[in-house]
Amino acid sequence: MTTPNSQENNSQRTDEKQARTIMSAIAPSPRHPLLVRVTHWATTVSVGALGLSGLAILLAHPRLYWGEVGVVGMPALIDLPLPFVLTGQTGWGRSLHFLSAWAIVITGIVYVAGMRRAHFRWPLYNRRQRHAYALVVFVVLPLMVWTGLAMSPAITSVTPVIVTTLGGHQSARTLHFFGAIALAVFVVGHVVMVGIAGFRPHVGAMITGDLAARKEGA
Amino acid sequence: MSSRVSRRAMLRTGLTAAAGVSGLAAAAEIARRYGLIPPDSGGLYGVGETLTYGSQHLLMTTRSMAREFSRSEISKVAPVNGDPPESDDYQQLLAREFSAWRLVVDGLVTKPASFSLTDLRRLPSRTQITHQACEEGWSFIAEWAGVPLSALLDVVWARSEARWVVLYPFDEFWDSIDIAEARHPQTLLAYSMNGGDLTTGHGAPLRLRVPRQLGYKSIKYLSRITLVDSLDGVENGKGSFSPDIGYSWYAGI
Repeated sequence: MTTPNSQENNSQRTDEKQARTIMSAIAPSPRHPLLVRVTHWATTVSVGALGLSGLAILLAHPRLYWGEVGVVGMPALIDLPLPFVLTGQTGWGRSLHFLSAWAIVITGIVYVAGMRRAHFRWPLYNRRQRHAYALVVFVVLPLMVWTGLAMSPAITSVTPVIVTTLGGHQSARTLHFFGAIALAVFVVGHVVMVGIAGFRPHVGAMITGDLAARKEGA
Repeated sequence: MSSRVSRRAMLRTGLTAAAGVSGLAAAAEIARRYGLIPPDSGGLYGVGETLTYGSQHLLMTTRSMAREFSRSEISKVAPVNGDPPESDDYQQLLAREFSAWRLVVDGLVTKPASFSLTDLRRLPSRTQITHQACEEGWSFIAEWAGVPLSALLDVVWARSEARWVVLYPFDEFWDSIDIAEARHPQTLLAYSMNGGDLTTGHGAPLRLRVPRQLGYKSIKYLSRITLVDSLDGVENGKGSFSPDIGYSWYAGI
């Protein structure tokens, strides 16, 4: 994945750097492939909807527990400094949450399936970017799906092991919350970095695909 | 020449479109026949509801059992959401400790009947210690005892064309479940909780327990059960009171 092309068999870092320089020199106008652009914005919309609806669901009971059970009157692991909102915001919250969960899962499958062929020009990113993106795509998002499904009484009736391995229903809920915080930190960091590098050209490149425009604009 | 090509292209496009449309229609018909479409499948959110209900329906079998726990894991606190019905008929039954209460079972059954609490306690019973998660996020573990709904359906000779079981309580929160959920061994009409009679807060005299769905699906204060082959003509046509307040009919999540 990190080897830019077949000629650079030595995957030492200096070689990699050289290869990237060569690649950007011989490819005058690299583009974000259409698949990357479409899945990027589908993910953006899904993550936004998941965050908003997740907050609506959380506010019905902003306390986190460890183990199987948790109710008011029991000690909480974390008592979030947020108000209890019991005005019926969870109905649309759940519907939107699961609709966007389906959207991001389908998007993720398309992205990973397409990535095997296109390599997605990951060599264009530096090491830290690659690590951050790989962590989100292959670790955090799958963990969110896992901890989310572990809260489904229907799914756990089929495979109880997905919740017992996490330490119980409320543990799954708490881990799902921590995963959401990790994603929020990533999204903020990602947007700030894009802002520093030049917001308009970078966002433009992710819409039109034209990466060359980045240099001029920034 | 060009008109021939375009005619051929048109023909091909037309055939593809026809195949696509009939393919979608066939898929919808198969999904409907296998019970993969929930009654509240309309609208944008309906897409998500249908994907969730359909896929979980395919994954679950009658042997997919909600987890059961030991007595030592029963929660000391079991919160109550909502108030008992204020209607006169419920209050009068409550005042006489439900001695005059009857559960009416009708619809697509060969032997419609009504049951007192004593009648129900004479039927086969099941006791289970299960986890109940409220849609708000909190959860507790409790022991429930009652008649498996499946056993009651056998007593009244449920007919094979019955596809949905509609449950009416003394309050407005009527609901329904599909026949597979109704026939699941853990689906109970519970008259007992943690070893004692159901309290009014927890749904006396009789409530539904569907441990493979969120708590709001296990409706309280039951008075009548009706078997139907379609939910279209039942009340709002969406299978439950829940969609009227923005909640989904299916709560397996």
